[in-house]
Amino acid sequence: MAEPVLIGENMTGGYGNGPDILHDCTIAVEKGEIAVIVGPNGAGKSTAMKAVFGMLNLRQGSVRLGGEDITALSPQARVRKGMGFVPQTSNIFPSMTVEENLEMGAFIRDDDIGSTMEQVYTLFPILRDKRRQAAGELSGGQRQQVAVGRALMTQPSVLMLDEPTAGVSPIVMDELFDRIIEIARTGISILMVEQNARQALGIADKGYVMVQGENRYTDTGEALLADPEVRKSFLGG
Amino acid sequence: MEPLNALVSVSNFMLIPALAYGSQLALGALGITLIFSILRFAHFAHGDTMALGTAAVIGGTFFFQSQGIGISPLPTALLAIPIGIVVMILYLLAADRMVYRYFRQVKAKPLTFVMASLGVMFVTNGLTRLFMGVGETRFEDGERFIFTVREFREFTGLAEGMALRSAQAITIITALVVMVILFWFLNRTRAGKSMRAYSDNEDLALLSGINPERVVVITWTITAILLVLAGTLYGLDKGFRPFNYFQLLLPMFAAAILGGLGSPLGAIVGAYVVAFAELGITFAWRRVFSYLAPEGMEPTSMMQLLPVDYKFAVTFAILVIVLLFRPTGIFRGKVI
Repeated sequence: MAEPVLIGENMTGGYGNGPDILHDCTIAVEKGEIAVIVGPNGAGKSTAMKAVFGMLNLRQGSVRLGGEDITALSPQARVRKGMGFVPQTSNIFPSMTVEENLEMGAFIRDDDIGSTMEQVYTLFPILRDKRRQAAGELSGGQRQQVAVGRALMTQPSVLMLDEPTAGVSPIVMDELFDRIIEIARTGISILMVEQNARQALGIADKGYVMVQGENRYTDTGEALLADPEVRKSFLGG
Repeated sequence: MEPLNALVSVSNFMLIPALAYGSQLALGALGITLIFSILRFAHFAHGDTMALGTAAVIGGTFFFQSQGIGISPLPTALLAIPIGIVVMILYLLAADRMVYRYFRQVKAKPLTFVMASLGVMFVTNGLTRLFMGVGETRFEDGERFIFTVREFREFTGLAEGMALRSAQAITIITALVVMVILFWFLNRTRAGKSMRAYSDNEDLALLSGINPERVVVITWTITAILLVLAGTLYGLDKGFRPFNYFQLLLPMFAAAILGGLGSPLGAIVGAYVVAFAELGITFAWRRVFSYLAPEGMEPTSMMQLLPVDYKFAVTFAILVIVLLFRPTGIFRGKVI
C-alpha cells in the first residue's frame, strides 16, 4: 500500500518531561479520507492528535507528511507544510469579525486569498451573512464553523479537528459532520478526535479506538461499528 | 442673564484646557491600553518614558534653534518630534531586549512584568533628570496664540474674553489625526490586524503563523510614537517638568481603566472623562454662574468643589469608583 498522506508511527511520549501518555501509538490518514480517533475519557485521543501536530515531545516514533519526516518541526512549521489544526477550545479570535478571522487564518499566505475565502463561504453560507460580525458573538455551532474555516484558509492537505462537536446540539453536530464530509471530498484529508463515537465512526473511512494511550482496534469505521467487541465496550451495546 | 458670556467664560477657563489635556491623556492612555492588551502588563514606566521622549525632543529643539532652523509660526519642537520618536523606539526596544523579553520567555506572571516596568521607570526617571535636571524647561516658541483674549473681545464685542493658544490647538488637532491613523492601522492593515489577533488569542495567533516578536516590536514602536507625541504636546502646553510626567501616570491609567483596558476607543473616551472631571470639579464656577443667575442672585462664593491642588484626588476617586462598580470599564475591557 502507498504511504498515507499523514502518519504518526509508533509514537511514544508525553507532555514536557512528564510520564509517557502514548505507547507505541500509530495514527494515519489517507488522501481525501476521514480518520477518526475514539475511545474512553483519558485514553489519550487528543494527546495522540497533538503528538501528530508536534505539540508534545516524542521519545520514540516519527511523524511523516506526504512522505517527508516532520518529527522535528514545530507546530507553526507544520502549518506551513500543509497541516491545519482546529483546537477544541479558544479556536477563534473573538473580538475580530468573521472575515478578519479568515484573513488571519491565511496570514502565512502572500497570494490572493479571495478564492479560498469564497470556498469557505460556499461551504458555510451562514458565515457570509455574518462576515462583518464579531466571531465571539456567534452561536457555538457558528463559532465552530469559523474555526474550521480559519484552518481551511491555509489550503491544508490535512485538516485536524479536536472534538469539533463538543458542546453543540445534535442537529448542529449532524450539520457539521456533513460539512466535514464535503471538505474531505475536495481532497483534504481529515483527522479528528470525537466524543460522539457512534456518529463519528459512521462517517469515518478509518477508525482508531484508543485505550490508555495505545491502539486497541483499528479498522474501517463501518467494521468498527459492526464489531460486537467494540460495540459492547465503547459504544454502549 | 448673559448666557453667551457664560459660554465664553467656561470655554476659556475649562472646556478648551480640558479638551487639550484630555487629548494629551488620550495619547498616553492609548499606549497603556495597547501594551496591556498585547504585552499583557500594566506599563508603569509610561509617564517617565514620556518624560525621556520629551527630553529628546527638547534636545532636538534646542539644536535646531541654535542652528537657526525653525518652522515659525509653528513651534520648532514639532520639527524635533521625529528625533524623539526614533530615540524612544530604540530606547523601548532596548528595554524590551534587556528586561521584558526574558520574562516573556519564562512566561512570567503579569505582576512580575509590572515590577520590572517599575524598575525601568526608575532608570528612565534617573536618565531624564540627568539630562534635564528637575526644574522646569520651557521650549515653546513660534506664535503663542491663535487669538488672544483682547482680539476675541474686540472681534465679538463681548465682555468676556477667550484665548486659543497655539499649543492647545496643535494638541487637539494632532491627537485627532493620530487617533484616526491608529484606528485605520489597527482595523485595516495586516500588521494591525495581527496585533489584534495576538491580543485576542495568543496561541491561535501563533498557529496562524503570526510572529509574536514582530508584534512586540510593532507595539513598542507605536507606543513610542504615542508617548513622544503626548509628552511633547503636554510640554508645549504646560512646560516640561519630569515630576509632572510621573504624576500623569495616575490620570492615564485611570483613563485606560475607566474606558476598559484593552479598548483603544475606551482609552480615548476615558481620557476625556478624566480630563473634564479633573478640571470641572476643581474649576471656580462663580464667574460662569454670575452670568447665568438672574439679577441680584449672583453667587457670592467661588463655587469651586475642590481646590486645584486636589485634582489628582478627583482622578483617584474615579479610579476607585470604576474598580468598585464596573471593573471592566465603559467599553467592557479586561480586568486587571
